[in-house]
Amino acid sequence: MFRYYLKLGALSIRANPALSALMVLAIAIGIGACMTIVTVRHVMSDNPIEHKNDVLYHVQVDSWSPAEPYQEPDKPPEQMTYLDAKALYDAGKAYRQVTSFKTSRVVQPDGDDARPFQLDARATTSDFFPMFDVPFLYGAPWDRASDDAEERVTVLSREINEQLFGGEDSTGRMLTLNGEEYRVSGVLDEWTPVPKVYDLNNNPYEAPEALYLPFSLAATNGFSRSGNTSCWKPVADGGFEEFLASECIWIQMWIELRDKSEKDGYLQFLDAYAAEQKALGRFQRPLNNRLNTPSEWLADREVVDDNVSVLLSIAGLFLVVCLLNTIGLLLAKIMRRAKDISLRRALGASKTTLFAQYIIEAGMIGAAGGMLGVGATWLGLRGIENLWSDYDFIQYLVRMDWTMVLLAVVLAVMSAFAAALYPTWRACNITPASQLRIQ
Amino acid sequence: MEIGPIWRSMLRNKGGFILIAAQIAVTMTIMVNAVAIIQERSVDMARPSGLDEANTFALASVSFVDGMDKKRLIDEDLELIRSTAGVLSATSSNSFPLRRGGWSEGVSLEPGEGVSDSSTALYFSDEHTMETFALELIEGNNFAPNQVDWVVRESSEWPSVAVVTEALAKDLFPDEDGSYLGNTFYIGNDNPVNIIGVVERLQAPWPSWSGLERSMLVPQRRDDDFVRYIVRTEPGLRDELMPQIEELLAQSNPDRIIQSVRTMDDVRKMAYLGEAAMIKLLSFVVALLTAITGLGIVGLASFNVSRRTRQIGIRRALGATRASIMRHFMVENFLVSTVGVVMGGILAVALNVLLVQAFALQPMAWYVIPSAMVLLWLVGQVAVAGPARKASNVTPAIATRSN
Repeated sequence: MFRYYLKLGALSIRANPALSALMVLAIAIGIGACMTIVTVRHVMSDNPIEHKNDVLYHVQVDSWSPAEPYQEPDKPPEQMTYLDAKALYDAGKAYRQVTSFKTSRVVQPDGDDARPFQLDARATTSDFFPMFDVPFLYGAPWDRASDDAEERVTVLSREINEQLFGGEDSTGRMLTLNGEEYRVSGVLDEWTPVPKVYDLNNNPYEAPEALYLPFSLAATNGFSRSGNTSCWKPVADGGFEEFLASECIWIQMWIELRDKSEKDGYLQFLDAYAAEQKALGRFQRPLNNRLNTPSEWLADREVVDDNVSVLLSIAGLFLVVCLLNTIGLLLAKIMRRAKDISLRRALGASKTTLFAQYIIEAGMIGAAGGMLGVGATWLGLRGIENLWSDYDFIQYLVRMDWTMVLLAVVLAVMSAFAAALYPTWRACNITPASQLRIQ
Repeated sequence: MEIGPIWRSMLRNKGGFILIAAQIAVTMTIMVNAVAIIQERSVDMARPSGLDEANTFALASVSFVDGMDKKRLIDEDLELIRSTAGVLSATSSNSFPLRRGGWSEGVSLEPGEGVSDSSTALYFSDEHTMETFALELIEGNNFAPNQVDWVVRESSEWPSVAVVTEALAKDLFPDEDGSYLGNTFYIGNDNPVNIIGVVERLQAPWPSWSGLERSMLVPQRRDDDFVRYIVRTEPGLRDELMPQIEELLAQSNPDRIIQSVRTMDDVRKMAYLGEAAMIKLLSFVVALLTAITGLGIVGLASFNVSRRTRQIGIRRALGATRASIMRHFMVENFLVSTVGVVMGGILAVALNVLLVQAFALQPMAWYVIPSAMVLLWLVGQVAVAGPARKASNVTPAIATRSN
């Protein structure tokens, strides 16, 4: 029977090509609009380090002004002072620990005619790479000893290794940054976490840095800070040493803890640290230490752009319009065949049979709309990419994965069924033979 | 008019009409809110920065060699830029409007630690900044050259005088009805700053900041590897001078790099990229939506006409004119649209209230709703005109056919 209904459906669709095309198109456009925004939102609100969500923690301690919280309602600062970052790192209480900030360096390529140029760099500790599962193409991260020794070592992104060393294994080669020689310890493979979960304080939707350097080297030598620096208390006079000793926050800290007992232990350690600082006259706010998992931290920082949420509500309503449109057209189509239906009912067709037949026809229209909808979504994403083309990173936000394709088709078929319910119900309720009178 | 009978005949066949009315209502909900957002973004984008944007460009110099005498470098660079023919004025600063990165600082009326009374963007300046930024002095004076200090990057020293925007002055001293000159506020907790000049307008570097109009010129330059030069040229010479000055500076000293060479037009474009894209996107959505709803009306009206062909034929045979048949369908559509736009008005306001609450958007202007109503009425009438004309062409003879 199912195949017979499929055949009937196809016949009926072919009998009203304009009306059927309009319905398929309406579903496709509605799905396209909706799925375009859903896809962008899906990418933007993703957690790129989901598989380590239960072991990674963003660390916050409340070093802010006694006069007011860093942010209402009573949120601790999102970054750390150098004092705290260094003390917590040196205590070494976590399995892995990262202190880091965004900086920049000037690369001076070899050769007389090559002009120097500036690159974004990340000052971080060696644990950064295993913690965030950063893939290496060549070499390896520097070791913890290099961190402590403030050694001049660097890890390059794949792209910059191609530019500087023609994509060769540059491990062990030397690179001049701001007039100083650095040894290349490794080269990363392609790596673009979206959002850039390890640093949400700057733009969460930008490419990772091109260079990685030991944190201690960069911090103590006054490398420029590309991210935010916020101070509630003025820095005492005396140059950079005083800045390092100040209450300014500019460092992000992450740790890895393997289980719950380690987490409890670390929280206790943080409380003890805060108490110690209180005794020294710092940390005058109520105890407010936080360990957030990556997904908690992403939610706390509300990384998804408001524009996307506004567009999502509009796209949802857009789909509603397209569905109302389809319901109206389906109703028109089915009522046009009222005479056939009443005849079939008179000849003994049950309501269930008719229902099955028209729902299958609607399903076919939905499936066609869904296929086209995937295409429309692709077009929509290209449109978004085009509109934001001056923003380099947009290409990473408009990527469709198989989940989204599947979702588009499922949404289309569900929409078509939903749209078919009322017209089909109306059709089933046509009384047998009622339409056979000569009017 | 035969509104009564038409309305009653519609009530006998509600399903299809309710669907169209609902479609018009939701279309209107989207249309009104999209237009409200478009308007809000357009207003944001039209806010002037205060600069002579058409004739201004910026570039950055980054020193990368230890022990570079940066005061000398900046003085030489500025000398070089200012002596170039066609340059009206040039200055060095840490930032400029629309750049989306800069320095903000809390300011207070009383010295000491505690909650600040206001906050402001800082532009480190010299005596040329005012002219380069094309600022309109409402009262007071520019800095004298000897008032401009040179300090280290992390310095906590603040100069004792400043030029502020009127918005900042008003925020700090709301009760002042005479002159703001000579008023004192505190920066970095304990440093008194005396207002020596008030300018009409100078935006902070962050277009989305609620305190966008609050900024101040600080007569100080800092010993930083990064320095930004802002150059204002004589009208029409910007595009010619920009590459010329870039090359001049790049050649003059090899121990630094020149980068981020951008016209203010480009800076503005990047600053409002999201707004411009939203405007285009929403305009497209509104157009597409109107087309879909229009097509839906055409489809349903055609169906209604073909279903009622016999009735139309009978009416024609009984003496109804073509015009009255056509009018029947037009009135029918008008009634459906009216129900739709009234529901749409209510839904649109509801969605707007939600969006305003959730995303801090501006409430929409009142006239958007009646405008959208009129537009959708028109769309409905245009859409139904074709099928209605077809109906009016039904010949009376159809009535005699027994199906």
